[in-house]
Amino acid sequence: MDQYDKELEEKVPEFEGHAGPASHGALDISATVTAVQIHGWKQVLGILAVAVLVIGGWELAVRLTKVPEFVFPTPSAIAVAMVTNMPTVYPHFFITLAELAAGYVIGAAIGLFMAAVLTQVPYIEKVITPYILLLVTTPTIALVPLLMLRMGFNIWPRIIAVALSVGPMVMINATTGFRRTDLAKIALAKSYGATTFQIFRKIRFPLALPMINVGLLVGGIFGLITAVASDMFGGKFGLGNRISYYSSLARMASFFAVILLVSLIGISIWIIMAAVGKKWASWQE
Amino acid sequence: MGVVVEVRSVSKVYASERGPVNALQKFSMTVEEGDFVAIVGPSGCGKTTLLWGLTGLHPFTGGEALMLGTPMQRPRKDIGIIFQQANLLPWRTLLQNIMFPLEIMREDLSNYRERVKGLIASVQLDGFENHFPRELSGGMQQRASIARALSFDPKILLMDEPFGALDAYTRDEMDTLILGIWKQTRKTIAFVTHRIEEAVYLANTVYVMTPRPGTNSAVFQIDLPRPRPEGITMDRKYFEIVAEIKRKIVSDVEEQKRQGLYSSQAYSTVT
Repeated sequence: MDQYDKELEEKVPEFEGHAGPASHGALDISATVTAVQIHGWKQVLGILAVAVLVIGGWELAVRLTKVPEFVFPTPSAIAVAMVTNMPTVYPHFFITLAELAAGYVIGAAIGLFMAAVLTQVPYIEKVITPYILLLVTTPTIALVPLLMLRMGFNIWPRIIAVALSVGPMVMINATTGFRRTDLAKIALAKSYGATTFQIFRKIRFPLALPMINVGLLVGGIFGLITAVASDMFGGKFGLGNRISYYSSLARMASFFAVILLVSLIGISIWIIMAAVGKKWASWQE
Repeated sequence: MGVVVEVRSVSKVYASERGPVNALQKFSMTVEEGDFVAIVGPSGCGKTTLLWGLTGLHPFTGGEALMLGTPMQRPRKDIGIIFQQANLLPWRTLLQNIMFPLEIMREDLSNYRERVKGLIASVQLDGFENHFPRELSGGMQQRASIARALSFDPKILLMDEPFGALDAYTRDEMDTLILGIWKQTRKTIAFVTHRIEEAVYLANTVYVMTPRPGTNSAVFQIDLPRPRPEGITMDRKYFEIVAEIKRKIVSDVEEQKRQGLYSSQAYSTVT
């Protein structure tokens, strides 16, 4: 039975109190999902100017002070390294991407499912929450050496680590979303004879989507960190491994080129989730 | 014409932290098919409780309500409800909102296209089908909610202070609109409001409720011409009926004060 049935039976819902972003989950960074909105060429021009200024200044400063490349490379050296190193780096790029994608899909699916089920039963939700917090706060990366001992230096320990860091993030935000129940809207659906499942599908799920979006974004970023970090533990593949490799050889231009690749993945995650948010959360304003 | 709503001394006791609250006590009412009935009373008298009971969302704790001859136990497809607020789903377009009940009822939407189109026209929202609620004014939103309530062609319409949240001008417009819809569709309407002027303007029969716990105080048959002529709200006879109902409500409150029962608090406990 739906936990809101009883509440609904006993009181007339408040119509004034709309389900805004009233309650916030841990790590709610919903603001960042919508923060950057580009309006007009003036803003584009400004953003480009900052880029030119920073990159140009960097280039100039390194050249003028004659800092050697193994200490701090120029942007042009990084760009060259990026192009010339591409053939050797890109298999690693795809391995990290695969770790991230597989772990993300597994973690997000489990996290979403758990959030949807747990919020149906408040008691179980209360019992489980401390353990989820434990998973959120424990760096799952610390488990990677143990996993590698059991499973070997292959891709699986990394996928599991990514899933373990993505899942709780998605779950904790989705839970906040599913808790955002608007009794007036549930009453509306019930007045048409809606079943518990219809209420979930047509009211509670759409209401939760903006927070699920936030969870998927935070989960993606955490997953990326975990994927790159677990690359560094063992096995000679993955972008994380390239980062340690190039830094051990003091090949700083290549080192920065790989870091740039990693942030490209991160930015892509952000762009995808912002686009998804436009579809899922635009009604919220 | 038969009786379609028969309310037989219904009561509702809410459980609250400070003990049970008697919201509604032995209220009775009958509504004929095609009739327009208004229910008025001081705030907190249980008008909304009564209506929520009739919808089947809040079961009564005593008495029974026969809707179209069968006891009301859970929400039904022959009864439509219009709430205080339009309560549209913000992630759906106007058209999707109006179709929402049909979706829940698993109706074949293609059978309803023409009907819904006509409804949108009758609430003067043509051209706004693909707008989202946030792009509509409060009055437009409430008009959409009327179309939504009519989408599945219920026989009875229950309205819970539907225009309470609107400004005075829009409210008058809505009153005219609802009379037009009533005349056109011949629905049976039970309308809860705290505005006596509105009740007298709209209804054939006005039920007055006492302060909490709400129970029957008086019933007024409104003897004004139909359709309501232009300027009826400036008419002497209209004012006299309004004044009479107001006097009744004031004297009910005075009577309760004398007996030490009255509390202006909406949820006073009854020991």
